[in-house]
Amino acid sequence: MSLKQYKAGIRRAMGNPFLREAMQNFTAAYRTGRESAFHGLDVDEMVAQIAAIKDAANLQLDGLYQDFKKNAEAAGIKVHLAETALEANEIITHIGRINKVRKIVKSKTMTGEEILLNHHLGAQGFEVTETDLGEWIIQLRREGPSHMVMPAIHLSRHHIAHLFSDVTGAKQHHDIAALVKVARRELRLRYMEADMGITGANFALAATGTLGLITNEGNARLVTTLPRVHIALVGLEKLLPSLSEALTINRMLPRNATGQAITSYVTWITGANIQGSEPSSRKTTHVVFLDNGRRALARDPLFSQVLRCVRCGACANVCPVFRVVGGHQYGYIYVGAIGLVLTYFFHGREKARHLVKNCINCEACRVVCAAGIDLPLLIKAVHARIQDEEGHPLKNILIAGVMGRRKWFHATLRGAGRVQGPLTGGSPYLRHLPLILTREHNFRTLPAMAPRPFRDRWKVLKPHVENPSYRVALFAGCLHDFVYPEQLQAAVTLLADFKVDVDFPMAQSCCGLPLETLGETKAARDVARQNVMALNPECYDVILALCASCAAHLKNRVPRILEGVTPWARRAQGLAERVMPLSAFLYDVLQMNSADLKPGKVKTTYHAPCHLCRGLGIKEAPRLLIQRAGFKFVRAEEEETCCGFGGTYSTQFPQVSSQILSQKLDDIKKTGAQFLVTECPGCILQLRGGILHRGDAVEVLHLAELLDRLKK
Amino acid sequence: MSSVDSLVHNFRAQAEAVSTILEVMADPVKALEYAVQLCEGKEPCQLLASGSSAELSNKTEELATQKLPKIIAAPALPKTLQKILKHLCESRGITFITQGLRDHLFGIDLGITHADWGIAETGTIIMDSSNEDVRLATMISDVHVAMLPIHRIRKSFFDLETELRVTMEDTPNYTAFITGASRTADIERVLTLGVHGPLELHIILLKGSCGKKP
Repeated sequence: MSLKQYKAGIRRAMGNPFLREAMQNFTAAYRTGRESAFHGLDVDEMVAQIAAIKDAANLQLDGLYQDFKKNAEAAGIKVHLAETALEANEIITHIGRINKVRKIVKSKTMTGEEILLNHHLGAQGFEVTETDLGEWIIQLRREGPSHMVMPAIHLSRHHIAHLFSDVTGAKQHHDIAALVKVARRELRLRYMEADMGITGANFALAATGTLGLITNEGNARLVTTLPRVHIALVGLEKLLPSLSEALTINRMLPRNATGQAITSYVTWITGANIQGSEPSSRKTTHVVFLDNGRRALARDPLFSQVLRCVRCGACANVCPVFRVVGGHQYGYIYVGAIGLVLTYFFHGREKARHLVKNCINCEACRVVCAAGIDLPLLIKAVHARIQDEEGHPLKNILIAGVMGRRKWFHATLRGAGRVQGPLTGGSPYLRHLPLILTREHNFRTLPAMAPRPFRDRWKVLKPHVENPSYRVALFAGCLHDFVYPEQLQAAVTLLADFKVDVDFPMAQSCCGLPLETLGETKAARDVARQNVMALNPECYDVILALCASCAAHLKNRVPRILEGVTPWARRAQGLAERVMPLSAFLYDVLQMNSADLKPGKVKTTYHAPCHLCRGLGIKEAPRLLIQRAGFKFVRAEEEETCCGFGGTYSTQFPQVSSQILSQKLDDIKKTGAQFLVTECPGCILQLRGGILHRGDAVEVLHLAELLDRLKK
Repeated sequence: MSSVDSLVHNFRAQAEAVSTILEVMADPVKALEYAVQLCEGKEPCQLLASGSSAELSNKTEELATQKLPKIIAAPALPKTLQKILKHLCESRGITFITQGLRDHLFGIDLGITHADWGIAETGTIIMDSSNEDVRLATMISDVHVAMLPIHRIRKSFFDLETELRVTMEDTPNYTAFITGASRTADIERVLTLGVHGPLELHIILLKGSCGKKP
C-alpha cells in the first residue's frame, strides 16, 4: 500500500459521521469512567507492580512454559507450543480433525486474530461462529475489529438491525435491547450445536496449569462448557508464575480497559473438566501456546517491554489520532499505539510502514498504559528501523543534512525569511501557501518568518542585570528563534525584573526532536552533541526553554541519545538536570506571586502542551500562575488533549491534524475565554492558525507574553 | 460499624453498583420462597417464549413453538432444601430439576445455587463450578439466585489466595468469579444485561451457617 492509499483510507474513515460521533462520545465517557474506577487507588504503584511482574515473567518464559505444561498435563490437558502462526493453525486444525469436529464456537481472542485463525479454519472446511457480540457482528460483516475491547464501536444500531435482519431472515427493529436478545437466542443454538470451543486466555498460571479468562458477556463460559472439545490459544507472554500475579494484573486491566472495577466473569480452568453428568467423562482440552516472535522479543533490550501488554486497549482509548481515524486505519490487526509496534513484529514491515508515521507523539498512550510501556519511544524506534531497512526518503536526507549543520540550517531559515514577501504581503502571516503545501494544508493560517530572528537581536536586547540572583541560559528552539522572537523577548524582560541574568549561547541549534520523529537518528545525535557543546551546565543555574517540546527533549531524550558518547554524556546529564520550562522556573524557583504583577482580570483558559503535562509532568504551575496573575481562570475540559500540531505530523497528515485542532478549538470556545495561554510555540502556531482561519474571538498567548503584559 | 458489618456494607455497595439485587436473610428457606416468587413474577424464559416480541430465524423458531412450564434448577443444594423447594415449585406448577441441565439448554427460568465466597471490594461471588450442573445453572438461567453465608465474605481477592490455590490444585477444577449479570456494551456502547448469561443476579446473604452439602 502506498502512503497515498493509506491517506485515502483515512479520508474515507473521517468521512463517516457516525464513527466521529461515536469516538467523541466514547473519549469523554472513558475519561470520566477511568477516573472513577481508579478513585482511591495508587495507579502509579499498580503500574509499577505490573511492569515488574511482566518483566520478570518474560525473562523466564521457557521455565514457566515447562512448569505449566507439567502441571496442566498431569491434570489431563494436552499442551502444545507453536513456533509460528501457521504451525498454530495447523495444530488447531489437526485437533479438530482427529476429534471429528465440524462446528466451532469461539470467544474473543486477539491471538486468534493475529494468526488469522478463522480464515484458516474456514478454508479447511470448519464452520466457525464468534460468540462475543461485537465479534459476531463483525464476523457477519466480514470485517476486522476496530478496537481490541469494543470491536464493533464503528457500527450503529441501524447497521446492526440491518445485519440481523439478513441473518434471521426476518425484519429486526433497531432497538438495542431487542437486538441483544436476538443474539442471545441465535448464538445459544450455535453453542448447542458446536463440537469444539476455541478461546484465548488472559492468564496462564504455571504453578497450577490454570487458564484465566475474563469476559463480561459470559460467552467464554459457554464456549468452555458446552462443546466436547476445548482449545485455548495463548500467547507465551500470558504465562505468569501463579494466581497472585494474575490477581494483581486483574485489578488493573478492567479499570483501564472500560472503567469497570472487575468484569462480570473471571473464569479459572484447571485440568480437563468433567463433561456432562458422567463423573468419569472428561472434556478433551488442549492449550496451544504461540511464539510467533515472542521469545525473540523477550530477549530484545529495547522492545522486550511490548510483552508487558495486557491487552486492555487503553492506548487506543486515549489516542487523539485513533479518535479521528478509528481502528481500521490505526492498526492492521492489533490497533492503537501497541498495534503500531506489534504490527511490525507480528505482521511485517510492509503492514507497519505507514502506520508508524501516523503517531503524533502526544504521549497520551504512555501515561495511560497499564504496564508502563514507553509506546511513543518504541513507535519512533520502529519507524527509524523501517527507514534504515528500506532507505530514507530523499526529503528526510535533505532535512537531516541541512539541520545537522547549524550554519546551513540558520542560513536556510534566514533565506526563507527574505523571500517570503510574495506569500505574506508584508503581514505577519502567510496569505498564500508555499507550493510544497497543498489545499489539504490550508486549515490554519501560518505565521511568517520573523523579519529578524531572535539571535540577531540578542546583542541589543540583552538586559544588564546587577547582582543577579540566578544565571540562566536561554534555549530558543527553531520556532521561537525564527518565527516568534517576541515571545522570547517578553520572557527576557520579565526575568530582568526578577534579577535573573539571561545568556543566549549562539552555538545552539535545533533541539533535535523533529529529527528523531523523522527517524533520522544520526542527525538527532549530531545536534544533541552541538547543543550540549554550546550550553555548559556548570555556568548556569537553569537552562530555560520556552518551548515545552524542546524542554522535554533536552531533559528526557538527549541524555539517552548521548549515552556512552564521551565526553558529552556527563554534560548532557548535567544539562538535563537544569532544564526547565518557564512556568516551572517562575513558580517553583522564583515563586512568583500576585504581588509581583498587576491583576489580569480577563477570562483566560489554558492549553497544556503534550510535552509539558506528560513529557515533563508539569500540570499545576501554569494554571496557578495564571490564577495568581489575577486572571479569571476557566478550565477547558480537554485541556490536556493534543492540539494536533505534532511538529512534522501536521504537514504529513494535515487532514487528521485539522480534525484534532477543530475538536480542540470547539472545546476552547465552550469556555468563553478571551485569552488562551500555552507554553509551546508549536501549539501556538497550530492554535492561532486555526483560530484565525475560523475567525474565533480568542487571543493565543505564550505564558511569557501574558505575564509580561502585567509587569508592574 | 463492626468489621463484618463494614464488609457487608461494602459488598452491598459494590454489588448494587452493577445492578446485583441483594437481600439479607437468616433462614435459607426464606431464600427458597424468595426464588419461587421471583420465578412466578417473571416472564417465561426469554429464549423459549412463544409470542416473543422479536423475530427468530426459522430453525430457532421451531424450538420455540411449544408453550412450556417455567423451570427452576437447584443443583447441589442440600437434600433437605431441595425437598422443600421441590414442594414449593410443584404447588405452583413450576418444573423443578436438580440435574441434567444439559437437556434444558434452551430455557431455564431460574437457577439457585450456593456461593463459596464473597469479595467486598468488588461485590463478587466466587463459586467452585466444577460440577457441570452447578455451572450451567449459573450460565443458562434467566435469573441466578446465589446464597452466600455472610461469614464467607472477605475484603479482597488477595485474602483468599491460599484457599483458591488449594481449590485449583484439586484438579480438575472450574472456578468462577461472578460480578453482576451478563453484560455487553458492544452496540453503540449502550449497556445491556443478559447476553450469554443471566439477565439478573440476586445474592441472598445468609446469617448463620446454611448447611452446605460437603
